[in-house]
Amino acid sequence: MRFLITYAIGLIFGFGIILGGMANPAKVLNFFDIAGTWDPSLAFVMGGALCVTALGYRFVLRRPAPRLADVFHLPAVRAVDTPLIAGSAAFGIGWGIAGFCPGGALPAIGTLDPAVLTFTAALIAGIVVAKIIKAKSPPVGRIA
Amino acid sequence: MITDFTPLASLGGGILIGVASVLLMANFGRVMGATGILAGFIMPNSREDWGWRASLLAGMLSAPVLVWLMTGQSVVVHVPVSTTAMIVGGLIVGVGVTYGGGCTSGHGVCGIARLSPRSIVATLVFMIAAIGTVYVTRHVIGAGL
Repeated sequence: MRFLITYAIGLIFGFGIILGGMANPAKVLNFFDIAGTWDPSLAFVMGGALCVTALGYRFVLRRPAPRLADVFHLPAVRAVDTPLIAGSAAFGIGWGIAGFCPGGALPAIGTLDPAVLTFTAALIAGIVVAKIIKAKSPPVGRIA
Repeated sequence: MITDFTPLASLGGGILIGVASVLLMANFGRVMGATGILAGFIMPNSREDWGWRASLLAGMLSAPVLVWLMTGQSVVVHVPVSTTAMIVGGLIVGVGVTYGGGCTSGHGVCGIARLSPRSIVATLVFMIAAIGTVYVTRHVIGAGL
């Protein structure tokens, strides 16, 4: 039953990504191309998602616990540090090169488009390599 | 290549993403971040922590199949860049989101919704970096990758 609920949540997310245009790199890259063939549509995806989530979280996070779990798992790290900024800058560069972000690519895998599969394989390789390097380094200071 | 401006469809898509994010937090207390969900699926901490990620990902992956079954139209994935761009871009995104601690869904939606300073900074940085990158590939280098 639990997994049926998470499956349905994944499905809703996937429908949203597809309807919004996030699974289509041509549209995503045009959103970034302000000086060229600019398509502002994705601002509406971000705006809609943000409004609903901000409103919903206000009610949800006021509760003592989630309905089907013990605690709310919210990020414990609070500092704006070098890994956050350097990592996010790298992510933006990669997103601008490929036109896929992880949330856009995952539902698109279902189309079996070869480009999506290639991107996802590279994405997973990047995550695994970075996790291994992070695990071998001291947590604070070294990389920054 | 020009793409159609689709404010209503995109707003509808955004609302669905928001609904999924709220449902995941309300029921399971988890952030709807694609990076975190995927990373924990590939490198799980425990067996109990794996199932919800796997079923959530299965839901995402089956969305285009269901769209095709319901409407008879396949989901448009138009990639105007090369295979090299997919490999290079994918690798950089993977490393970046791991150090940055999240992507568009985790930082850009769920994090900003909580007014997290980290997420606000991360989102500004990756948006500016993406706009700058596309400016360089399309208008400075010219041909794209």
